Amino acid sequence: MSTARRAALIALVLLVLVTIPFVMPGYKTSLAIEMLIFATLAMSIDILAGFAGRTSLGHGALFGIATYVVLYYVATLGGSPWIGMLLGILAATVAAVVFAVLAIRTSGVYFLLLTLALGMIVWGICLRWASVTGGENGIRGAVAPPFLAQQSALYFFVLAIAAAMTWLMWRFVSSPFGLTLKGIRESESRMRALGYNVPLHLFIGFTVSGFFAGMAGVLYALFNSFVSPSTVALAQSVEGLLMVIVGGVGTLFGSLVGAVVIISLENFVSFYTERWPSVLGLMFILTMIFAPQGLLGWTRALLARRHARKRVDHSGGGTTHGSQSIP
Amino acid sequence: MDRRAFLKSAGAIAAVNAVASTGPALTAAHAQSGPIRIGLLAPLTGVVAAGGKEMVDGFNLFWTQHGRKIAGRDIEVIIEDDASNPDTALQKARRLVEQRNVHMLIGDLLANTGLAVAEYVKGNGTPYFIPIIAADDLTQRKRIPNVIRIAGYAASQMPRPLADYAYHKLNYRKVVTISQDYTFGYEQCGGFCQVFSDLGGQVLQQFWQPLNTADFSPYLAQIQDLKPDAVYAMETGADANRFIQQYANFGLKGKIPMLGAMNLTDQSVIRTLGPECEGIISSAHFCEGGDAPATKKFVAEYQKAFNILPSIYGFSMYSGAMWMAAGIEAVKGNVEDRPRFLDAMRKVVLTDSPLGRPVRLDAYGNPIYDVYIRQVKARPDGKYWNVPLETVPNVSQFGKMDPETFMKQPSYSRTFQGIKKS
Amino acid sequence: MSMTVFQALNGITFAALLFIVASGFTLIFGLMRIVNLAHGALYLAGGYVGLLVVQKTGSFFFAVVAAAMAVAMIGLFTHSVLLRFVTGHVLRQVLLTLGVALVLDDLALVMWGGDAFTVAVPEMLRGPFHLGTLSYPKYRLFLLLFGIAIFIGLWLLLHHTRLGALIRAGVDDAEMVDAMGIDIQRVFVYTFMLGSALAGIGGVMGGAFLTLYPTADAEILVFSLAVVIIGGRGSLPGTAIGALFVGLLATFGQVWFPELAYFVIFGPMALLLAFRPLGLFGRAA
Repeated sequence: MSTARRAALIALVLLVLVTIPFVMPGYKTSLAIEMLIFATLAMSIDILAGFAGRTSLGHGALFGIATYVVLYYVATLGGSPWIGMLLGILAATVAAVVFAVLAIRTSGVYFLLLTLALGMIVWGICLRWASVTGGENGIRGAVAPPFLAQQSALYFFVLAIAAAMTWLMWRFVSSPFGLTLKGIRESESRMRALGYNVPLHLFIGFTVSGFFAGMAGVLYALFNSFVSPSTVALAQSVEGLLMVIVGGVGTLFGSLVGAVVIISLENFVSFYTERWPSVLGLMFILTMIFAPQGLLGWTRALLARRHARKRVDHSGGGTTHGSQSIP
Repeated sequence: MDRRAFLKSAGAIAAVNAVASTGPALTAAHAQSGPIRIGLLAPLTGVVAAGGKEMVDGFNLFWTQHGRKIAGRDIEVIIEDDASNPDTALQKARRLVEQRNVHMLIGDLLANTGLAVAEYVKGNGTPYFIPIIAADDLTQRKRIPNVIRIAGYAASQMPRPLADYAYHKLNYRKVVTISQDYTFGYEQCGGFCQVFSDLGGQVLQQFWQPLNTADFSPYLAQIQDLKPDAVYAMETGADANRFIQQYANFGLKGKIPMLGAMNLTDQSVIRTLGPECEGIISSAHFCEGGDAPATKKFVAEYQKAFNILPSIYGFSMYSGAMWMAAGIEAVKGNVEDRPRFLDAMRKVVLTDSPLGRPVRLDAYGNPIYDVYIRQVKARPDGKYWNVPLETVPNVSQFGKMDPETFMKQPSYSRTFQGIKKS
Repeated sequence: MSMTVFQALNGITFAALLFIVASGFTLIFGLMRIVNLAHGALYLAGGYVGLLVVQKTGSFFFAVVAAAMAVAMIGLFTHSVLLRFVTGHVLRQVLLTLGVALVLDDLALVMWGGDAFTVAVPEMLRGPFHLGTLSYPKYRLFLLLFGIAIFIGLWLLLHHTRLGALIRAGVDDAEMVDAMGIDIQRVFVYTFMLGSALAGIGGVMGGAFLTLYPTADAEILVFSLAVVIIGGRGSLPGTAIGALFVGLLATFGQVWFPELAYFVIFGPMALLLAFRPLGLFGRAA
């Protein structure tokens, strides 16, 4: 897509986003805030899954650690929200470092299981270390700074941060470092042969991804004013991963699409029936069978094919985007 | 789902319409017309799903008996499942208030779900009524103006008479407590332990297990090893079923007597159990085997509608609906005027309670009750129910302590159980 | 009776259940490299089927058989209909099974609701077994014996039948077996069905003393994962050791460090995954 077209698209999206609190105040704006927060989480997962080829089931835990730290610091200890947020992001990043040290030694299914196990450990701690985390009761308290008390103010704040994070993540994956990650995804042995320090790249990639997950977690604390073990549970990682997959692994922006689709669908479906988990499960199944490259990946492939047909005279065809999907 | 479930339970009990189908004949002018939307949050899944289902049934039973109309306005009940989980409860509460524009919220079962929702409504002033959420502090140290405990009780209120009975009548001196690891558990155990230790009894050890514990064997082994005079067990829902079954299977039933929180021996638990639950002593304001004519009448009606004996959950929500009706009538249907409505709800005196005595709130917002020391006994038809052994009159949420003194001590928690250091 | 012995019994009998369920998981994982995240849901499905059969016929034995057969069918469907679309893509298979788990779980919720159900055991297995001063639930002792029986049965299958030999060869090197002209697909199908059936049997056995409830599937799944990772992929003795390890850790963890109970199980699992993913007894492909 040409730069001019892309810029126009981004401007359009931003324009739409900016008008939401005015056009659809109340509950729908809350939904929009949730979508922005979970899109950020999903994008952080995509950094690893789509660009380094490592699918994680532990990012929900990283997300939730940040939320816990913010709520503990502000609601329980009575600290300032801003310091709390910084501590939250720091905590998630440190946790990501710990995860990374263990996880970069593995790949594929083992990576998945390892991040799952690490997430379970975090969940177990949050559940049983009741004196700090409140255990089953969780931690309650409005932690947003006073100027964000109003819903539209919170929305714009979240929008600004999410937009900034998206931009940062985009810069990160487009940078030479990001390209190296892509290379690792395509063929780890090749990258090693070329002299790249693969474990170091994966380590940094994981840590960066954890940073962004923590960012999302901090925003969630402001929005939800409550945290409980559910926030770090496996289900959180699973839903985040599904958003990435539905949108398109490796597309980054697909995660935005995925978040919007999943959250809208959940709200829509829940209005009529209790069977949302079945719908979610079916989505997983159908996406894996029919559209493993997700909505955005599928759209891109479609457009690429149309483009390729137009340029029949060019030999060699366009770039093969590899498999922009779950391997 | 909400409309569906609502219709389903309404249909199931439409047959009982024969009972008192005289709706309130109010034609006084009201500010608004249109239905009164009530958001009912109940755990339809999770560890206390059995109780949650009855919450819905009990609530709907009352409305169906009264033609689903109060003060000239229709009653619309929108049900959401809180999944026995505070995060879900919060999400559903938000949805009910912001998306479905309910006039008020009612329900929730587990204390942690109630606390999460209470925190939410603190911010937006929606009336939230809690006949079942028994978290002490909502009527003690952390009262919220728009959260009212209608027809409900405080967690530490009920076990105190039991501790007294255990010490004086049963002559127990050493107990062990085992409880679910959350607020309700801390408060029930705290109420029991404080009285028991003040009297001179000893609490040998306390066990706390996560909600939804499947395997109690590690705890049962330790309990047996400690050789207490009795065990005080605070369990709700599926945990209660499993605990009672495993207790018997491990041979502890004959050896160490069990005292229970009222939720442990509640109908929602014992109706699927056999002889393993017989003999457990608990204390509660509600006793389905009680003698009061109003109780007997209620139990009969409930059995006719649902084919089961009522549990605390069915009873409490029924009473809650009764209370709500009185409050709505008092403001002539104008629930939109929140301050007046909340005020009216606080002033309700429930004269027709199935308990057979009038129920009103104390100065801090919690009712005072006569508490039965009750025991699980077998009925001629093979089912089990609770039968009163003794009645302890006028028990308040503060027990025998003065309210202000009581509130100066910390809230019951894992670390503070009111146990006197000997 | 010494508390430690008592707790050890608790751990070992729980381990028996873990073994039954995890053995199915490790067969599928070892042979087909598929991490079947629906394994827990299969456990629950088997439990509910067993519950129904006991309620209708009063026979625990039939319940176990029926559960095994019913869940084997679900396994057959999952493998031969659904997973067929994503052969060769390991991660996709994993995520697809996750979807299956979500659907199965919800279906169970629709059919049985949110309550916890107990599968009724035969009268002679109820209550405690007394030996002097010690009393221990008869059922749990029975479960231990049953677990041992399953171990012996599976061992005989793997080492004294042609199918077993093919499975073992396949665990070592599935491509070779295929290259030798043997219909490895058939072996895959049977293994998947067997693995699923074991989960179903586990559901009935577990449902009798742990009860069946909507989140039981996730709980048994993560335990199975821990057992298989620790014990080693595709190894029967490894699964037994892993089950003992996890069962004892879970019990003693609750007693000695209740706060760290989950860490005690998933910590070793994480460390093994990081440093020795094949587990204690797994063999490299």
